Amino acid sequence: MTTPLVAIADASKHFGDPHAAAISKLSADIRAGRVTGVVGPDGAGKTTLLRLVAGLLAPTEGRIEVAGLDTMHDRQDLRDMIGYMPQRFGLYEDLSVMENLALYADLKGVPDADRSAIFKRLLDFTDLARFTARLAGKLSGGMKQKLGLACAMLKSPRLLLLDEPSVGVDPISRRELWQMIYRLVDDGVGVVWSTAYLDEAENCAEVVVLNEGKVLFQGPPRSMTQSMKGRTYQVHGAGDLRRRLLAEAIRRPDVMDGVMQGEAVRLVMREGAHAPQPAQFDIGHEVAVTAVEPRFEDAFVAALGGQSKRSLSLDTNHRFDDRSAPPVKADQLTRRFGDFVAADNISFEIKRGEIFGLLGPNGAGKSTTFKMMCGLLRPSSGNAHVDGLDLYKAPAKARGRLGYMAQKFSLYGDLSVRQNLEFFAGAYGLWGKTKRGAVQRVVDAFDLAPYLQVNAGGLPLGFKQRLALAAAIMHEPSVLFLDEPTSGVDPLTRREFWAFINTMVDRGVTVMVTTHFMDEAEYCDRVALINRGRCIAIDTPEALQASVKSDARPNPTLEDAFIQLIAEQEGGARQVAA
Amino acid sequence: MSKTANERSAFPSYRRIRALIRKEALQVLRDPSSLVVAFVLPALLLFLFGFGISFDASRLRIGLVVEQPTPDTASFVMSLADSPYFDVRRASHSEPFVSQLSAGRIDGIIVLAGDFSERLARGDTAAIQVITDGSDPNTAGLATGYVRGAWQIWQTQRSLGSNLANAGQISIDSRFWFNAELESRRFLVPGSISLIMMMIGSLLTALVVSREWERGTMEALLATPVTTFEFIIGKMVPNFVLGMCAMAVCVVASIFVFDIPLRGSILTLTAFTGVFLLVALGLGLLISTVARTQFLASQLAMLVAFLPGVYLSGFLFEVSSMPTVLRAVATIVPASYYVRGLNTILLAGDIPAVLIPAAGILALMSLILFSLTIFMSRQRLD
Repeated sequence: MTTPLVAIADASKHFGDPHAAAISKLSADIRAGRVTGVVGPDGAGKTTLLRLVAGLLAPTEGRIEVAGLDTMHDRQDLRDMIGYMPQRFGLYEDLSVMENLALYADLKGVPDADRSAIFKRLLDFTDLARFTARLAGKLSGGMKQKLGLACAMLKSPRLLLLDEPSVGVDPISRRELWQMIYRLVDDGVGVVWSTAYLDEAENCAEVVVLNEGKVLFQGPPRSMTQSMKGRTYQVHGAGDLRRRLLAEAIRRPDVMDGVMQGEAVRLVMREGAHAPQPAQFDIGHEVAVTAVEPRFEDAFVAALGGQSKRSLSLDTNHRFDDRSAPPVKADQLTRRFGDFVAADNISFEIKRGEIFGLLGPNGAGKSTTFKMMCGLLRPSSGNAHVDGLDLYKAPAKARGRLGYMAQKFSLYGDLSVRQNLEFFAGAYGLWGKTKRGAVQRVVDAFDLAPYLQVNAGGLPLGFKQRLALAAAIMHEPSVLFLDEPTSGVDPLTRREFWAFINTMVDRGVTVMVTTHFMDEAEYCDRVALINRGRCIAIDTPEALQASVKSDARPNPTLEDAFIQLIAEQEGGARQVAA
Repeated sequence: MSKTANERSAFPSYRRIRALIRKEALQVLRDPSSLVVAFVLPALLLFLFGFGISFDASRLRIGLVVEQPTPDTASFVMSLADSPYFDVRRASHSEPFVSQLSAGRIDGIIVLAGDFSERLARGDTAAIQVITDGSDPNTAGLATGYVRGAWQIWQTQRSLGSNLANAGQISIDSRFWFNAELESRRFLVPGSISLIMMMIGSLLTALVVSREWERGTMEALLATPVTTFEFIIGKMVPNFVLGMCAMAVCVVASIFVFDIPLRGSILTLTAFTGVFLLVALGLGLLISTVARTQFLASQLAMLVAFLPGVYLSGFLFEVSSMPTVLRAVATIVPASYYVRGLNTILLAGDIPAVLIPAAGILALMSLILFSLTIFMSRQRLD
């Protein structure tokens, strides 16, 4: 066995409060010539760990060595040896691609003689040669990521540290980045890749799984995944009742975890439990149970102790049963910004009690469409209705029918939970008895009572999410719009959130979600795939998967379908252009 | 081998500094907001101070009430009407003016009572009554003062004219040196130049550094061999050039638009401004070591650089009449030394006895600020 490239011995790091350690007593070895994943939810300590290894933070305790150099005492030598790509890639947005490269080449002391050869190699490698004059701020997320990588690679580092390189990057670019990284690894570079996406862990040769600053698991991801063998199943054939089936299954003591996977329900059983029997699911008709391969995420959730058993206990007096007209309707929505068509003729209808996803790469027109559907942006032409109300003729009235939850936590961090709820109740026009009733109802439903006096900014992430959802549904909307509701959230919080959503959908609430996370898309009944401003497919997730099935890929994932359908559209567009 | 690498990285590298300066310059050229701060804002502030704020009341609007016209009143009215300081409307009683005064359409009322000539003949006081709007004390004070002045002039002329000159009467003959016309613009413009320099030096510098933190580029820079010293030089040089350009704009505008004389030499002016700009840059860099968001940086720059520059530099408010505590604080406000020096260079000339101590204190201040900045800059994120 060769000596490790990075040796972390009992390292701890806290910022002031020793009880709130960002990293506690962490020991790990990172080897050259392979990708080591640092995997964990937001706030697990991933960024702190990478900064410690890069020498940007000093460990409170313990010691970190990179190729025999102490990260604190030999920092100048260390800097010559590592490539570090921070979150958001560390690029100067008002400098061009070439100016960014030249700046970092000067700062890192790349010799003039080698420079043009190195630039050429990196530009070819990242496929950015055509864009050297473009400002970095005008690049797409995927291209920024590649440029950030090129800047980190200028001095041919022995260790490459990438902090959440796949955030804000669409699946196609993400795949290209992995291919580039594999080529570097073949040349012997040690790569550390931090991510909140558990599916990326499976691409790594080795993973360090972090949660709350502690290591949950360390080793090849496969061995963690394989520990779940024989405990993972899919239940098919539940049809429209699958959400109810999932909710019931989770309440059973032998079920550790359950998620939606398109039309199927995926269940993870406790250790030693028997396989679930079709007869156990009392939903009035036959279901089929099949054993499936475990995923890394199953093991992760199991390591955290499984999914919480609680579900939303919302008063049942409000049901939305009118199925006569579609509650959400987009009719040939088009939006132009100057010459640029951000959304081009987008039409869809969402049925009562349906979860509908708007899926697409960054800059595809998802957000533009979403804003038009909320009445926040006027379309250049076309129309949209919520509950039969025209969003542009009666915007205030139509908006009163919908609940909206933004991507980022959009409540007032310095107001208490109660003050936030009261403010939002007031903003929706509730007052007096109705207002008190509404606040009490969501406080009961989301178990917020113990936190009423706590400032929203100081809540644990899961409760922030509950509070945001509570504020969005206080006025009992029949339609709920969610903008990337669970991005970067740990899998347990995400499951809890979707359990709440499923309960509401069961009452007839209609949900529209924008996302580029495949996990969120799996919860949708139907998805609309948006690319380059156009809606290129609307169907159920399974139908989209089936449409790209081939001999080479008998079991395509939703991400495979997404990538292929977009490639087909862009291929077609290129042919038209030629 | 390892040791040579260490030395190579720690020694200031010309190439890294050049790269940082070039980067900074490109960013400035592409960011319209910093060009606005450097060129449009100075011009705007200068014009605002030069034209907008003035402590000279030219043409006070006065309602003049003459209850009983006599040759004496006619003579006084004539002298008021001829004066460039008054815009006179007349009436025989005060009612219409009272409502105009409270509406702010006139600045004061002068009442010449019915027994004006008799009182004058007796040498009584209170021959004229001046009514002003106490809710605007600045204008009220000016109006009273100007009317008093006009009254004295008229009396003097009258006594001279009638050859009844009182031998014992002492007249005060004021003469103001260097600003003979006592135009407030003459000291407001140098004062606002110092504010502009402070804004560019401190605010802009603090903003461009905190922007690196906000956009995550600082983290990337810290992972390269760049040292704190190189980073500071890289930020300073472009902003120094920008500040001197703004100074040039200000000086040209002062001379050609506001008729400010430049009695000292351009060389002295440039050198003295350069020293002050270093202090402003040092302050901006020091702010940036604690402020990692642009919002906080601009708040701190306002508090530490701009407000003391306005209130304690002595260009708007006389420092010598302030309480001891504030006078003590004013001695560490760099702008007060600059304002004094700049006034001297513009209005008096190159006077070493004033300029050398002021420049010395400013140089000392910049040295302290830069040492503090280097000391407080963290090469790490924590």
